[in-house]
Amino acid sequence: MTGLASAFFAILRRDLMLAFRHRGELANPLLFFLIIVTLYPLGVSPDPELLRRIAPGVIWIAALLAALFSLENLFRSDFDDGSLEQMLLSPQPLPVLVIAKVLAHWLVSGLPMLLLAPLLALLLDMPAKAAWALETTLAIGTPLLSLIGAIGVALTVGLKRGGILLTLLILPLYIPVLIFATNAVTAASAGMPVEGQLYFLAALLVLALTLAPAAVAAALRISMS
Amino acid sequence: MWTFFHKLASPKHFYRISGLLIPWLGAITALLLLSGLYFGLFKAPPDYQQGESYRIMFVHVPAAWMSMFIYTFMAVLYAIYLIWNIKLADVMASSSAAMGASFTFLALVTGSLWGKPMWGTWWVWDARLTSELILLFLYLGYIALVSAIEDKRTAARAGGLLILVGVVNIPIIHYSVEWWNTLHQGPTVTKLDKPSIHASMLLPLLLMALAFQCYYFTLVLVRARTELLDRERRSAWVKELFG
Repeated sequence: MTGLASAFFAILRRDLMLAFRHRGELANPLLFFLIIVTLYPLGVSPDPELLRRIAPGVIWIAALLAALFSLENLFRSDFDDGSLEQMLLSPQPLPVLVIAKVLAHWLVSGLPMLLLAPLLALLLDMPAKAAWALETTLAIGTPLLSLIGAIGVALTVGLKRGGILLTLLILPLYIPVLIFATNAVTAASAGMPVEGQLYFLAALLVLALTLAPAAVAAALRISMS
Repeated sequence: MWTFFHKLASPKHFYRISGLLIPWLGAITALLLLSGLYFGLFKAPPDYQQGESYRIMFVHVPAAWMSMFIYTFMAVLYAIYLIWNIKLADVMASSSAAMGASFTFLALVTGSLWGKPMWGTWWVWDARLTSELILLFLYLGYIALVSAIEDKRTAARAGGLLILVGVVNIPIIHYSVEWWNTLHQGPTVTKLDKPSIHASMLLPLLLMALAFQCYYFTLVLVRARTELLDRERRSAWVKELFG
């Protein structure tokens, strides 16, 4: 057990350290998130009434795209330098190592999105209640995005141009998250209870946490064979 | 019984047996299709609300059924492939994908053609239409992934995993889309209400559904045979067959 725990934390620590050594790259998905949201008032209308209405969808779609964008590199460098192969060969169960990698990825990409979201809520003139719901849905939803997305990344890691393919594979699977999350935020801004949607999201998170690591592990083994 | 299945799983026997089956299946397809069209276009009475235009249902509904059937069938085949490593299952599944996507597309197009006179618009974000569109995306994603991977074995396993992940997600997507739509707009969209459809309309519908099913099996066998010959072109039995 200690071997498993130490492998888990070793990967977590290594990935976090690698991420902080490339601080510039960390900021890119965040900037992407911010810029996409900025484009909407410019492209649609600066009318605050309208912005308030479309805000949940705008922020969540930007979050989906930013998550995909940052996920692309989840296994890339490990694949290139061969450490992914070492992980596959290690005696520790691969799904657990995958969870460590996804957790590290979420800490450096999902969590900052959570911190940036209140600012975006402000930009789009969301009421405080809706902003709170947005934070909660992002807190439950972004790990979900990382877990589901990791399956697609693992399937495409061996390919030369996996990027656009990844979007094709993964975006349809993101639809339930998008529906429940934006619905919760819309309901919150109308003053309605949002527990139902949040429970649904949490249930999806539990489901993904149970099944996705195994699928990612299988996909990695396929890609490396 | 089991020896029959084992034999069927071997490419050589599959090639022989499917060669025998195809003419029969083709003939049954033609028969069902012709009788279905005859009953559907000439015998079934016009609908009291929708007039003649409801007849597109005889193509639309079977196509939608097939689109869902083929995805499920592919998932079963890939489970067989990944568990028992039977190559033939992958040959069948990968030959099915393009047909599944075509049926999905056909269902969308016919639905849209029907929607224009009925709903007054080519497209509404109705839950079923949206689910069908997402199903098309899932098919296209699978096709894109498989064609992007050079090695056939890797492509098969990756595609199989994707289909299995998709099959877990389809009910979730379907129900979330349904839920999303009911919250957005209630029963403003007049849905095709079917209070126990009359026999004169049900008969052609069932005939057409069977015809589509047989059509799919005929064509998928033809495609699988071609694919099989391509993959096994270096094996002894293919050389024996074609000198």
